[in-house]
Amino acid sequence: MTALDLKDIHKSYGATRVIHGIDLKIEDGEFVVFVGPSGCGKSTLLRMIAGLENITGGDMFIGGQRVNDIPPSQRGIAMVFQSYALYPHMTVYDNMAFGMKIAKAPKEEIDKRVQTAADILQLTPYLDRLPKALSGGQRQRVAIGRAIVRNPKVFLFDEPLSNLDAALRVATRIEIAKLKSSMPETTMIYVTHDQVEAMTLADRIVVLSAGRIEQVGGPIELYEKPANLFVARFIGSPAMNIQPARIAKTGGETVVSLAGRETVVPIPSPETLSGAPVHFGVRPEDMRIAEGDDFLFEGDVHFVERLGEVTNVYMNVKDVDDAVVVKVAGVQKYAKGDRLRIAAAPEKMHLFTEEGRSLLHI
Amino acid sequence: MAISSTETASPAGSPGPGGFLLNLAIALVIMVAGIVFAVLCAVAVFAALNTVLPDIKLVQAMLVMVLGVAACFGYFWGSNRLLDVIYPPRGSRVAENINAANGIRPWLFLGPAVVILGIYLVYPVINSIVLSFHGPSGETWVGGANYAWLAKDAAFRESMRNNILWLIVVPAAATFFGLIAAALTDRIGWGNVAKSLIFMPMAISFVGASVIWKFIYDYRAEGSDQIGILNAIVTFFGAEPQAWITIPFWNNFFLMVILIWIQTGFAMVILSAALRGIPEETIEAAIIDGASPFQIFYKIKVPQIWGTIAVVWTTITILVLKVFDIVLAMTNGQWGSQVLANYMFDWMFRGLDFGRASTIALVIMAMVTPIMVWNIREARKDMK
Repeated sequence: MTALDLKDIHKSYGATRVIHGIDLKIEDGEFVVFVGPSGCGKSTLLRMIAGLENITGGDMFIGGQRVNDIPPSQRGIAMVFQSYALYPHMTVYDNMAFGMKIAKAPKEEIDKRVQTAADILQLTPYLDRLPKALSGGQRQRVAIGRAIVRNPKVFLFDEPLSNLDAALRVATRIEIAKLKSSMPETTMIYVTHDQVEAMTLADRIVVLSAGRIEQVGGPIELYEKPANLFVARFIGSPAMNIQPARIAKTGGETVVSLAGRETVVPIPSPETLSGAPVHFGVRPEDMRIAEGDDFLFEGDVHFVERLGEVTNVYMNVKDVDDAVVVKVAGVQKYAKGDRLRIAAAPEKMHLFTEEGRSLLHI
Repeated sequence: MAISSTETASPAGSPGPGGFLLNLAIALVIMVAGIVFAVLCAVAVFAALNTVLPDIKLVQAMLVMVLGVAACFGYFWGSNRLLDVIYPPRGSRVAENINAANGIRPWLFLGPAVVILGIYLVYPVINSIVLSFHGPSGETWVGGANYAWLAKDAAFRESMRNNILWLIVVPAAATFFGLIAAALTDRIGWGNVAKSLIFMPMAISFVGASVIWKFIYDYRAEGSDQIGILNAIVTFFGAEPQAWITIPFWNNFFLMVILIWIQTGFAMVILSAALRGIPEETIEAAIIDGASPFQIFYKIKVPQIWGTIAVVWTTITILVLKVFDIVLAMTNGQWGSQVLANYMFDWMFRGLDFGRASTIALVIMAMVTPIMVWNIREARKDMK
C-alpha cells in the first residue's frame, strides 16, 4: 500500500516559489532519503509532510487519506529534528511520554510504550535524567524514542546526524539502519545533504534541486545511471568528470570526439543527435592509468591528494577546460608535472545531451 | 555583600594563598599611591591655574570638572603603568608576569568604585542600626525601646499588612499581565506598536503616574459633573459615584493598579526576549505531539523561561517592598493605605524621630535582602 502520495505539490512564500510541483509515491515500509544541496527545498518538503508548513498547491495523501488540512498530530507522523528539540525541562521519560499524555492515553499504556522504546534504544538507565545531563548521541536517541512512542505510520528525520561529531555520526547512522530493519513495516523519510547517509540508508533516494525532483531511484541506480548532469555531479565524491564532447557517429554505439581523440561509448544515440555537442562523463574511480596507446586523456599532474586508501590525482588535459580527477587505489608517488595517460572502461562512461539529460534516459 | 564573598577573582596562574595576599598588598599599594598622586596632581594644577584664571565661579566649576575627569583617567593610566613596571610583560618571566598582572588589574580598576560604593551603602546601614537604639535626636541611648514600640504600634501593623498585600498582588499581577502581553504581541504585525504602548508607563515617574490616576479616581460631590473617568463610567451605568481612594482596604488595590500599570511593561519586555529565546523546534515538536496552543504555552514555553519569570517576579517584589511615591502622592497613608516606606518617611521628616524611622528602615531592609540575594543568584544562574 502507498504510505505517502504527493501529487503536484507546490509551495510558495508570497511571490517566492520554492517547490515547483513534486509528484512522488512512497510505499509502506520504504526508507526514502531526500537529498540535495542547501536551499533545494528538501527540508521544506519534509516540513510540509509533517504539517509544519502549509501546502500552497497540490494534494498530499498519507495512508490514503488527504492530509492537506489535517493538523500534524493527526497525520500519523513523527519527526526527529536536527537539534533534537527535546523539552529541556522534562525528564527523558516525560519527553517520550508527552504526546501520549496530551492525548490522555491511559497511564499503563504510556508506561508500556515508553519502556519498549527505551529498551530498543538502550535508554532505560536514563529515563529519570534531564536532557542536559545526556550526551549528544543519547539526546538524539531520546528524540528517536519520542518518535517511536508515537507509533507513527511515517517517520520523518530532518538531518538528524548533523549535530553529532564524525565518529558518533557513523555509529548513529548504523543504529538508524538497524532501527529500520527492526521496524520493517514503518515508512521512513530522511532528509540529509550528506550523500554517504543517503547511499547507506536509503531504499530509494530522491535527489532534489531548486524545488524540483531531479531523479528518484535506488542508491546504486543513481550512482550507475544518473538521469542528468545534476545527479551525476551530486552523487559520488570526488564528483564525476564532465567534459564537453561532440557526437561523431550515432547508432547502437556512439562515437564521440573528445579532447582531440575519438572514443567509442557503448550507449545508443538517436540519429537526430548526429554532430551534436554532448557532455561526456566518467567517474574518477572508474578511470585507471593507461600503459599503451589505448587511452582517453593525456595530461600533466598538477595536484595530488593522498588519503592512504586512495590517491586523487588532478590533471590538466589539453583541449579540456576543467581539471580531470582520477582516483587511484593505494598510495601513489605521482608528482606535479608528471605526464600520465588515463583510460576508462567503456561501460562506465556516461553521455548527456547539451541540456544535461542522460542519453540512457531519453 | 553576600554576593561577592563566595567568588574572588583568581588569576589562572595564582600561586596559592601567599601569592594572593602578596597580590592584594601590591594592589593596595598601587591603588593608594595612584589615588594620592592623581588627587595631588589635580589639586596642584587647580591651585596653579586658579591664580591665573579670572575669579569667576563658572570657570572654576568647569575647571574642577575637567580636572576631576582627568584625575580619574590619570589614575587608571598611571596605576596600569605602575603595574607594568612591577610585572613587566616581557623578559624571561613574561607568562608569569602577565598572569600576576591580570590578577591585580581588576582590583586596581574596580578598587575606587568599590570603596566609594561601600562608603555610600554600608555606612548608612551601620548608622541606621546604631540610630535604631537611640532616641529621636539620635543622641540618647534607649536600648530596644524603638523595637518594643514598633511591635505594639497599630500603624506599623497596618503598614506591614498593606505591604504584604502589595507584595502578593503586584508582582503576581504585573508578571502575569506582562507574560500574557509578551505572548500575545509576539506573533502579530502590530505587536511592536502594542509593546511600545504597554511599555510607555515605564517612562513615567511614580508621582507622575499617581497624578494621572488621581484624575481617573477623582470624585466630585453627587450631582456635579464627574471629571474622574471611573466615576463617569459608574454614573453612566446609574450607580453612585465613589471617593475611591478613601474606601478603606479596597483603596490599597486601587493604588496597586497604578504600580501594576507601570510594571507590566517591564515584565513584558524581559519575558518577550525570553520567549524569543525558546528554540522553535521544541515548539514544533510539541505541535507534532498534538499539544494545543494553550498547552504549548504553559507546558512548553513557560517552563523553559521559568528562571526569567522568577527574576522578573523578584525584581518587582523588591520594588514593591520599597513602594513609597505612589502612596505619598495618592493618599499619604490615610484611610488605611499606609505602607512601610511612607511610614518611615513620616517618622523621619514629620515626626522628626531618627530612632523610630531607622527602625522601620531596618525592617524594610530585612525584608528586601533575602529576596535580593536570591534574585541575584537566579539572575547569575540564567547568565551561565
